[in-house]
Amino acid sequence: MSDIYKGAIDCDLHPRVPTPRAISQYMDDHWRDTVDLRGIETWDSISYPPNAPLTLRPDWRKLGADTEPGKAAKETLDRFGFAHAICNSLFAVQAFRDENLAAAFASALNDWLAAEWLAKDPRLKGSAVLPIQSPERAAEEIERLSSDKRFVQVLMLAMGEHPLGKSMYWPIYAAAERHGFTVGIHAGSSYHHALTGSGWPTYYAEDYASQSLGFHTQLGSFICEGVFVKYPRLKVVLIESGVTWLPSYLWRLSKFWRGVRNEVPWLDRSPEEFVRDHIRLTIQPFDAPPSAAHIGRIMDQLQSDEMLLFSTDFPHWQFDGEEMLPAGLSPELVRKILIDNPLATYPRLGRQT
Amino acid sequence: MMLDAPLTPTLDTDADRDTGAPAQARLRIIDGDVHPAARSMADVKQFLAPRWREHLEVYGSRRKLGMGYEPYPKSAPRACRRDAWPEGGGNPGSDLDLIRKQYLDAYGIEYGILGPLGVSGQSELNQEFSAALASATNDWQREYFTKPEPRLRSGIVVPSEHAEASVAEIERCADDPAFAQVFMLTRTSEPLGNRRYWPIYAAAERHGLPVGMHVFGSGGHPYTGTGWPSYYVEEGTGHSTSCQAAVSSLVMEGVFERFPRLKVVMIEGGFGWLPALTWRLDKVFERMRDEVPHLKKRPSEYIRQHIWVTTQPMEEPDDRRHLIDTMEWIGWDRLLFASDYPHWDFDDPFRAFPAGVPAEGKRQILAGNGRAVYRLG
Amino acid sequence: MTWMPRHVVAKAAEIPPGSRKLVAIGERQIVILNVKGELFALSDKCPHKGGSLSLGKLTGAVTSSGPGDYAYARPGEILRCPWHGWEFDVRTGRSWCDPKRMRLMNYAVTVEPGARLVEGPYVAETFPVTVEDEYVVVET
Repeated sequence: MSDIYKGAIDCDLHPRVPTPRAISQYMDDHWRDTVDLRGIETWDSISYPPNAPLTLRPDWRKLGADTEPGKAAKETLDRFGFAHAICNSLFAVQAFRDENLAAAFASALNDWLAAEWLAKDPRLKGSAVLPIQSPERAAEEIERLSSDKRFVQVLMLAMGEHPLGKSMYWPIYAAAERHGFTVGIHAGSSYHHALTGSGWPTYYAEDYASQSLGFHTQLGSFICEGVFVKYPRLKVVLIESGVTWLPSYLWRLSKFWRGVRNEVPWLDRSPEEFVRDHIRLTIQPFDAPPSAAHIGRIMDQLQSDEMLLFSTDFPHWQFDGEEMLPAGLSPELVRKILIDNPLATYPRLGRQT
Repeated sequence: MMLDAPLTPTLDTDADRDTGAPAQARLRIIDGDVHPAARSMADVKQFLAPRWREHLEVYGSRRKLGMGYEPYPKSAPRACRRDAWPEGGGNPGSDLDLIRKQYLDAYGIEYGILGPLGVSGQSELNQEFSAALASATNDWQREYFTKPEPRLRSGIVVPSEHAEASVAEIERCADDPAFAQVFMLTRTSEPLGNRRYWPIYAAAERHGLPVGMHVFGSGGHPYTGTGWPSYYVEEGTGHSTSCQAAVSSLVMEGVFERFPRLKVVMIEGGFGWLPALTWRLDKVFERMRDEVPHLKKRPSEYIRQHIWVTTQPMEEPDDRRHLIDTMEWIGWDRLLFASDYPHWDFDDPFRAFPAGVPAEGKRQILAGNGRAVYRLG
Repeated sequence: MTWMPRHVVAKAAEIPPGSRKLVAIGERQIVILNVKGELFALSDKCPHKGGSLSLGKLTGAVTSSGPGDYAYARPGEILRCPWHGWEFDVRTGRSWCDPKRMRLMNYAVTVEPGARLVEGPYVAETFPVTVEDEYVVVET
């Protein structure tokens, strides 16, 4: 059992997705009754098919390790000595077309997380899932949870109805910035559109692979729309994105930007500088060949020690055994990834480095 | 200012020294992406049957986009270099004399492969009209470009959503050495590995023709899986995502298992994205290979054996070693030089490569690989 | 003060307001622009990929106070490369997208009366020159 993870902050842990009925216990009478009356027994997107290999690592699947905070902690926080884990719930709030249902489920889901996970273990922190269908109501949900410091982040998906930088979503960023919430964008889709600009891929393997493309688009949108100009204290974390797509995407975006700067003249810095100041990425999965030499060269392309945040992506099967970090990283960089960078990225953790 | 003050260093100052005048003359260049334009639609219309000529005049081009042209206005007229407009009138790319003077002769281009964008029939809603226009475009390319200019070759434009008509068009044109590849666009109604396009790949493979997949097109979806970006800068940057979606699909659907001699060239999407995508596909394959039992090899093997990428727009990282790493990871034999003449984001073959690109690798990219991939007759 | 070679490159009348002229001084190509009566001389070769700036479009300076705001000033003082569209301030040669690293050499331009010519592609012809004649002189 390695000691290097002591005090680390796991920036992506997934409680087992609760059923609508379980969530409805946290709804008001009307909505609880609605779930029962209308028979909303399941609400599953086609992401993370429950029995697919990626969804649950075999040993964790056998233990049902994601079903309770105690079991999850045994495999992660207890085992490695993490200081914290940030819980990201993947219940498909974003898939609703009805903003009322979305808002009801989002609030109840966040209350469910608080009561059944965060309250059970002080090391656990949470992301507030937002009803993205209505940016105004999403901002209200942020206000509602703002004084609960166990919530450190607000959560949206990599693929939704519109690129997230668009001004219609700015009430969310205003509220998040005001209350010190970090903005988390997690792999996944609301499936309001086909997954690609050329339609629907056949296989789940392709679906999952295409998530990195959603992050390309969101990153471009946050930068080009000037979100970081308008909200200079905002930090955005790209969660479960794959990481290694980033440098070459930035080369492209910067190159284009230099030629069409006057289309988006509010950008007073290059895209790379915006990314350095405002964007962070969780490390699992890390799409690269395992050799330390390759990884070194890729890390060099990222051009910053402060970009990466440690994550297990528990219980998704991204690594075997305890190989949670890319190979060949220096101890200084490891410490930054495990502790310093997450602390700097999540001010609501309330701790200084 | 001092008389002897050097110009502020540029990204490719060293490359200037590296490729001095005598060396330029010896550089052999095969350009995988040159864009011809019609002087006027009349040039293309003459190859349409009267019924379709009339249809075009009355109803016009109606694409699966809702717009006659791109919904993102370009940064320059027709997205072209401002110095590529012929003095005698007409659009950039429509005047063969200017193409020769400004490009083919000026750079000593050995071959240029044409990719017609514009009203070529691709992305049309009316499938029969799409087929008619595609044929007319192919005849037009032949008449105005490849017949008078032996250095030019073109791609067989196919009405991709109409597989039967696409196959017929390939059969019609394949024996003509003027055609170096089959030409498709990356935004289609289904991902490009989907079975509905397989007859096209079968025909291409049968005739030993690579399939070039050029960015743009419209398949009736927002340009991204998360809707429509606002800006041209986002759209342009986003072309690499459409290339990645195409490569993923081709690999995961088993197109290269089914068509083991097929070659695919991804055009005008740059290439920096390919290593990370390859690693990602290998990872998902490792994890979920039971979903894709038809695949007998890892994605990286299929990519290495069947996929090429053109270089334009050349990546410009601050540190040129990152670019060289990327080229190494892709493979010096998998990159094909392209200029995108006469578009504004044109890559000058003498200046596009930063210093430090190994001479042999550069030679392969500039011509050796193109010679191996394209049917140049 | 460093002595800068001064080259006669054109008659002032050849470059009226709104026009430009590409001249060679030694091996250097220099574009001279007349923007509303003011003369600017810039190296012609774009430091990005070598496009000829003399063929580029002049536009105004677009700045912004924030997302959605476009402030347009100094019409005609920004020269865009005809290739990749990079913007260069004709007054300073600085590029707008990468001011730290990318700029053009810009050159002092004056209009000199005929009597003080010393050298350049236009030979100071020996036949009489009226005092009204004006020549464009470029210091390099």
